[in-house]
Amino acid sequence: MSSVDRGGAHHPLVELTLTRLREFVREPEALFWTFVFPIVMTIVMAMAFPSRGAQAVPVGIAGGDAGAGMRATLSNSPGIVVRDIPSGGEQRALREGEVHLIVVPTDPPTYRFDLARIESRTARLVVDDALKRAVGRTDPWVAHEQPVAVPGSRYIDWLIPGMVAMGIMSNGMWGVGFSIVQARMRKLLKRMVASPMRKREYLLAQLLARLLFLLPEVAVPIAFGVLAFGMPVNGSLAAIAVVTLIGALAFGAIGLLIGSRAKTFEAVSGLMNMAMLPMWLLSGVFFSASNFPDAVQPAIQALPLTALVDALRAVVLEGATLTAVRAELVGLALWTAVPFALALRIFRWR
Amino acid sequence: MDDLAVRCDGLEKRYGDVVAVAGLSLHVQRGECFGLLGPNGAGKTTTIEILEGLIAADAGDVQILGLRWASNEQELRQRLGIHLQETQLSEKLTVEEMLRLFRSFYRGGRPVGELLQVVELEGKRRSRVGTLSGGQKQRLSLACALAGNPDLLFLDEPTTGLDPQSRRQLWEVLGRYRAGGGTILLTTHYMDEAQTLCDRVAIVDQGRLIALDSPQALIAARAEPKVVVHQGTLEDVFMSLTGRTLRDE
Repeated sequence: MSSVDRGGAHHPLVELTLTRLREFVREPEALFWTFVFPIVMTIVMAMAFPSRGAQAVPVGIAGGDAGAGMRATLSNSPGIVVRDIPSGGEQRALREGEVHLIVVPTDPPTYRFDLARIESRTARLVVDDALKRAVGRTDPWVAHEQPVAVPGSRYIDWLIPGMVAMGIMSNGMWGVGFSIVQARMRKLLKRMVASPMRKREYLLAQLLARLLFLLPEVAVPIAFGVLAFGMPVNGSLAAIAVVTLIGALAFGAIGLLIGSRAKTFEAVSGLMNMAMLPMWLLSGVFFSASNFPDAVQPAIQALPLTALVDALRAVVLEGATLTAVRAELVGLALWTAVPFALALRIFRWR
Repeated sequence: MDDLAVRCDGLEKRYGDVVAVAGLSLHVQRGECFGLLGPNGAGKTTTIEILEGLIAADAGDVQILGLRWASNEQELRQRLGIHLQETQLSEKLTVEEMLRLFRSFYRGGRPVGELLQVVELEGKRRSRVGTLSGGQKQRLSLACALAGNPDLLFLDEPTTGLDPQSRRQLWEVLGRYRAGGGTILLTTHYMDEAQTLCDRVAIVDQGRLIALDSPQALIAARAEPKVVVHQGTLEDVFMSLTGRTLRDE
C-alpha cells in the first residue's frame, strides 16, 4: 500500500523482525550460546569419543608381583594398555571405566569384567588372545584385514550434523520462547497490542528473525567440521539450506507455542526442558536412536528433532536429495503449522 | 457524529468476588482533559483498560470516538494513543529504533524525527533505552503513544515516580498535544497534576463515581478551608470524599 505514511519507518513486519535481531545481537550471552557453544561442544565430544579402532584397551592386573609374567606379556601386546590396580581398588577401577577388565594371575588366569559392557567383552577377547598366544597357541589361519577409515563414517562426521540440528532446536525454542516471555513480563506485549500492531505479524516476525540467524548458525559448525576434521559434505548446499530452514521454522513455532502463555522465566524454562530433554536423549544426536526398543520407535520417529537429524545427516553425509528426505520435511512442516496455529489461538498478550 | 470522545454507561467489572467497577458512567468531551482520580484499588486502571479495549467489561456500553470495540477495533487502535502504567520498553534498542517500531504500526502521523522533537528527546535518539532516566523513558513512552497522531490519548499514571522537573516537562508535552486539539483521559495520584492539567475530574472509589466536576468547582464546593485565607486544594477534596490517604491499599 503506497498510500500508507509510516513516517520513515519500514513495514511493521520488517520493523518487528529488525527489533528482534537487534535485541539478539546486542546480547553477548546469546551470541555465545548460538555460535561458540556448539563448536566447543563438538570438540569436547570428539575428544570423548575418538575413533574406536586405534584405541588401546585398558586392562588391570591384580595381585601385585604374582602377576609380573602376565604383565610383561600383556604390556608387549599391541592394543593393550596395562594399569596396576591396588588391592581393594578393583571395583572402583571397573566402575569408573579406568580399566575394562581385570586379570587375576591364577593358573589358569581369572578375568573379572562386566558382561553387559561391550568394551569389557572386547577386552576379554583381546587379553585372552594375547595370553594364549604367549604360551604357544597356534592359529589355524590369519584373516586378511582391511581397515576402513573413510571420512564420512567416523563418529565426528556423524556427530556434527546432529549438533547442528540440536543447535537449531535449542536456539529456535529458547530464542523465540524466551524473548516472548520477556516481552510479556515487561508488559511490552500488552503495550503493543494496545497499538494497531497486527498480532500475526508479531508472531511471524519472531520466526523470520530466527531464519536470519540461521545462516551463520548452520554454516559455522559445518565449516568447522570440514576444516578441522575433514568432514565431507556430499549433499548440495541448497538441500542443506532447505532442510535447516524448515527445521528452524518448526522449532521456532514450537518455541512460540511454549512461550505462548508462560508469565515467568521459571515457567517457560520448565516447559522448555520438558520439551527438549526427551529429544536430546531420544532423537539420535549423540548415539543412534535405533538403540531404543522397537516399541518406542514410532514415537521417536515422530519427534521433530529426529526428523531434522535424520534429514540433515542424509543430505550432508549421504548426499541425499530433498525428494529422498521428503517424509522428514513433511513431518517438520506439520511441526511448524500446527504449533503456530495453536500458539496464535492461545497466546496470552498480557 | 458523536461529539463525545468517550461515552461509557453503566460499566461493571468484577474479578471473582471483588467488584472492580460498579456501574460507572463517564462522558468525556472532545478537546477536553479529563482526570480519573481515586485511591489504589478504586478501579481506575480497570476502567481505563476497558475503555482502551484491553479488558472486556461484564456489563455496560462503551463508545470511543463514536465507535465500539467489537466492530471497529482496528480503526480505534489507529486513532488512539495509549500509555500503560507498567510498560518497560526494550532496553537494548535505541530511542529512535523503539519509536520507529511503534510508528510503523500507524497509517499516518508525524515522522519519527519530529516526534522526538515533540518529547524533547532528539539529543537521545541514538542512546539505548536502558540508559534513559525515568522521565526520559516516560517521554519516550508518550512519544510511542503519540506516534499515530491520535485523536484521544489515554494515560495511566503518566508521571508516577518522576521528579518534579520531569513531571513538568511531561505536562508541557501534554499541553502542546492539547493545543493541537487532542483529547486526554488520564489517571493520576497527584492532585496538583489533576489541578494543573484537567478541565474536569471524576473521583472514583470502590468502583463508583463519587464526584465529578472541574477542579475549581470541586474545591469551591467541597474543600473545607484549612486557613481562612486559603481556599484549600483538590487534595483536601479527595481526602474528605474518600476518607483515605492517597497511597493506602
